[in-house]
This record gives sequence, structure tokens and C-alpha cells, in this order.
Amino acid sequence: MTIASSSPPSRLPAGGAAEARSKPRTRRTEVGDNQGDGRLAAVFIAPALLGFVVFLLWPTLRGIYLSFTRFNLLTPAEWVGLDNYVRMVNDPIFWDSLWVTVEYVVINIGVQTVAALAMAVLLQRLTQSAMLRGIVLTPYLMSNVVAGLVWLWILDTQLGIGNEIISALGADRIPFLADETWAIPTIALINVWRHVGYTALLLFAGLQAIPNDMYEAARVDGASEWRMFWRITMPLLRPVLAVVLIMTVIGSFQVFDTVAVTTAGGPANATNVLQYYIYGSAFGRFQFGYASAMSVALLVVLSAITVLQYRLTRAGRTDLG
Amino acid sequence: MATVTTTTSTTLRPVRRRFPFGRAAAWTVMGLIILITLLPFYWILRTALSTNAGLSADPTNPLPVDLTTSGFQRALGMQSAEEAVKQGGAGGGLDFWRYLLNSVLVSTLITGCQIFFSAMAAYAFSRLRWRGRDKVFGLFLAGMMVPAIFTLLPNFVLIKQLHLIDTLLGIALPTMFMTPFAVFFLRQFFMNIPQEVEEAALLDGAGKIKIFFRVVLPMASTPIITLGVLTYITSWNDYFWPLMVSYSDSSRVLTVALAVFRAQTPATGVDWSGLMAATLIAALPMLVLFACFARRIVSSIGFTGIK
Repeated sequence: MTIASSSPPSRLPAGGAAEARSKPRTRRTEVGDNQGDGRLAAVFIAPALLGFVVFLLWPTLRGIYLSFTRFNLLTPAEWVGLDNYVRMVNDPIFWDSLWVTVEYVVINIGVQTVAALAMAVLLQRLTQSAMLRGIVLTPYLMSNVVAGLVWLWILDTQLGIGNEIISALGADRIPFLADETWAIPTIALINVWRHVGYTALLLFAGLQAIPNDMYEAARVDGASEWRMFWRITMPLLRPVLAVVLIMTVIGSFQVFDTVAVTTAGGPANATNVLQYYIYGSAFGRFQFGYASAMSVALLVVLSAITVLQYRLTRAGRTDLG
Repeated sequence: MATVTTTTSTTLRPVRRRFPFGRAAAWTVMGLIILITLLPFYWILRTALSTNAGLSADPTNPLPVDLTTSGFQRALGMQSAEEAVKQGGAGGGLDFWRYLLNSVLVSTLITGCQIFFSAMAAYAFSRLRWRGRDKVFGLFLAGMMVPAIFTLLPNFVLIKQLHLIDTLLGIALPTMFMTPFAVFFLRQFFMNIPQEVEEAALLDGAGKIKIFFRVVLPMASTPIITLGVLTYITSWNDYFWPLMVSYSDSSRVLTVALAVFRAQTPATGVDWSGLMAATLIAALPMLVLFACFARRIVSSIGFTGIK
């Protein structure tokens, strides 16, 4: 999640300047008092630090540790070295679920990015209406569970309005979530419905940072909207697009909720995405060690993707001076 | 480090050439997008107000078939088991009032504590001077790189050891103290408050604690509210973690309850009317919350790049 409030308290000067000015002053105050705020800071930081250590740092280390153990939650974890990893590499279901997950991510991110980009450009070039932006955000307010259930109903083979329309058009009904070929694309598109508006608003914020006179100048030169999109919008939006891509890809790999309420991994493991398999291993078969090993694998994949994507898109650099 | 790009909306509209065909096409696409975005919401309402018999007899009717509140009665546990079964329900006796209350309690606990503790930490990271500050903050930033989902399994083991399984506190605890993002986000805003304001308060004899409550928090109320609403929505919609922790009615939140409702499919087919009524109960509070703050939230969804 990334948000940035647009309106810092209005009576304040721009942040950067205030910060730059504040530094020497603080140092002076410090010399005057001859002491920092150590004790007070300890009190202020204590709850957050406690939460950080107990519920983030410690579980991260423990998750890695558990991946080297056999652990069923009832008896103490037993060190087994690389056994879980060896098993994972030789587990066809693991590879299958990794493949299914990749298929999901490609469809989900592919469609979502193009659609969000189109929406963002439309929202910027067509109208600046805040109400329209509010409307495209509404699916994002629903939980994945709600989104999954609604589309499960709309796409129901017998009674769903989606299939009624398909049938009225003279085509055969499609068992969207009950068919091995259709299930993953359908789940991917359901999640596009929920997330595309939010992604579009992130990109929209990026578009707002592109100076309007660039478009003015291009228009004077007789450039079309299409040409301006490719020559101005895309190059200047690249850094924003890169970070949004990294964020959404990481989120997409963690798909679970929608699968759990619509297909429960079926039919015939066709939607057994990695996180669903991990959950089943831990809570269905009580193999917490093996589940942890697969979680570590997912963590490694996500880190690798982040680094790779960052490099490929040169996310750190912007063409905008 | 981090940059926060402001998203002040330009009121200046670009001057356009005469290109009515393209504009018309663009508006058509926009209209289509809005339709796909909003139609499922109407369909929830239409289905929730229909009877199951009506739904199968007349699946394409754009209006509720045999207008009724029976679906809502079933979802809220106000219908006897026999009556529910007769209406195409499972008769499992789910009480969505209870789950609604649980969801409100969990989300309120998480949001209130998380924002307050994160604000305290952000204050220490931005306005207080102490040794090791940047190192500890660096640690928090590094924490943002760990996908939340990775900590779920070990956190479950921890919550089990604390004997907090199947309690609302157990659901709230892991995100109650902070998220690295909340700390990072609020720190950005606290740093923008000019030193002069703080110094003036110091001269008036206010202590640093008083400054936090009387100066910093009020001046950053806009980002705090934005963050609060988004945190509330996120915890309200969370499914995976409560699914692990909650086993019975005492700690069941709406998302988990919806999945249970769906799993209780009676032999006659899914109780779509009841399920959509329950879905509406789960979704409506967030729609109302959003409607209250929409303007502020929409204009503050921006872009935070971390380099």
C-alpha cells in the first residue's frame, strides 16, 4: 500500500525547505541543552519496537528456522537440515502450483497494468473529476472474499447473469470457475476488477507530476494524443510504473483469498496456487516445516523479482530532471 | 531514501483541439469502465432482495424477483432453521450481527492502537534526538521488504503459544503495534512541521510530550485520518490471518463468516439470496466509511517511491 497525502497542513511552507532549515537550529538547541531526548524517545519508540521485534523480526527469523525442521505444532520442532528443501525440489505438486501461480500473475498483472494505465490516462486527459476517481476505487473497498463471491454468483453456470447473457447471445454456457482451463484466468480477472482502480489512481498520481506545458508544447507542434502518450507520458511515467509494477507483482504472487472462496484449489489442482498449497500443507496436513520451506522459496522468488524488475526498468532514474 | 510526491490536482484543463470523435470514443470506454465497476454492486442488492425460488425461475430479471427481506433475515439469524431450509437456506444458524460486532471490534482495536503507536514512533524518529535513531529507523525500513504473508505462519505458532487462538485479541495483536509503512508514512509528515512551531511551544514552557499531543498530532490530522481509514478498511477486509486464528463464533469476523456461509451450501444449491445479503452486510460499512472520507482519500492516494 502506498499513499501520500496531498495536502500537508496548508499553513506550512514546503517540507524540504523547512527540513533543511531546521537542521542547524536543532543542533544549536542540542548544544544548549547538552543532552538529547534519549529517555523520552525510548518511551515513544517502545510499543512500536516491541511490535516490530515480536511480530515481524522474530517471526521472519523463526520462519526461516522452521523451514529446516520437522514441526507438526504439537511436538517441538526437530532439526532436519535441508530435508524440506530436497522434498520441495522433488515435489511435482509444488512445481505445478508454482507454475499455476506464475500463470495467474502474468494474466493478472498483464491485464491490470494495461487497464489501469488506460484508466489513469482517461481520468487525466478526459476529466479531473474526483467523483469518477472515487467510483473506480469502490471495488477496492470490498474484501477479496466479497469480490470472489459476487463474481462466483455472476458467473454461475446455471443461474449467473453472465452466463445467461452468453446463452442469450447463442453461445454455450462457460463453467468459468469449474473448468481447468478457465479457472485461473477467471480468478485473475476477478482480482483485476478489485484492484485495477487503486492501481489506476497510483498511476494517475504519477501522471499529475508531468508538467502540463509539455503537452501544450507537443500540441502546438501538432502531435496527436496517441503520439503524446508514447513520447511524453510513457517515458516520464516509467519510474512510477516500475515501482507500481513491483508492488502489484509482489501482491499478486500472494493470491489466496479469492481461490479459497471460489474454487478451493480445484478443479483437479488447476487453481492450487502456491499460497493455497502452503496453507494446505500447514493447516490441512500439519507440515509446518515443509510449509515454511515453501514460504522461504516464495520469499526468494519475490526478492529476485524485485531486484530484476528494478534493474530492468531502471526504476531509480527519471527522465524528468 | 524516500520521496513523497504531492498530488495537488491541477485545475487547469488542457486546451483541446477539435476532436469530437476521439473524445466520444474515450467517454464510451470510460462509461463502460464505470458500468463494469458498479454493476456487481447492484447485482448484490438485487439478488439479496429476491427469493431463491424467484432467482431460479427468472434469472435475467434486472429487478428483485419476489421482493423480500428473507435473505437478510437468514443472514442475521432471525429465521428458524425450518423456515430457512424452506427458503433455500442451509439452516446453519449464522448470526451476522455477531460477526459484524467482531469485525468492528478487531478493526477498531487494530486501527486505534496501530496509528497511535506508529505516530509515537514516528515522532521519536522525526522530532526527537537520540543515539542510534537512524539505525533503528533503517531496521524499520528493512521490515517493509518482508511480505506480510511470510510472517503469518510463524505468527500463528506464536499466537498459539500465547494461548490466544480463537480470540479477537489474537487476531488483532500482530498488527496492533505498528506497521513499518505507517511509521514511515507518518514520519514524512512530522518532518514537514516547521521547527519554529515546536520552538515557540517550547518557549511557552510546553514539554516534548505536550508538543506531541497539542502540536504535532493536530497539525498532521489529515494524513492521520487518511491512514486511519485505509488501515480500517485493510483490517476489515483481511481474510487469511483471521481464517488461521479464528475457529468459533466468539472470534469469527465477517470475511471468515462469509466463507463459512458459502461452504454450508444446502443440497438444493447455493443460497444465493442469503449469501448476497450477507455480502452486503459485510461490504456496506466500508462503503459508508469511504463515502464520508472519499474526497480526502481519493486525492491523497499518491505515490511513494523508496529508492
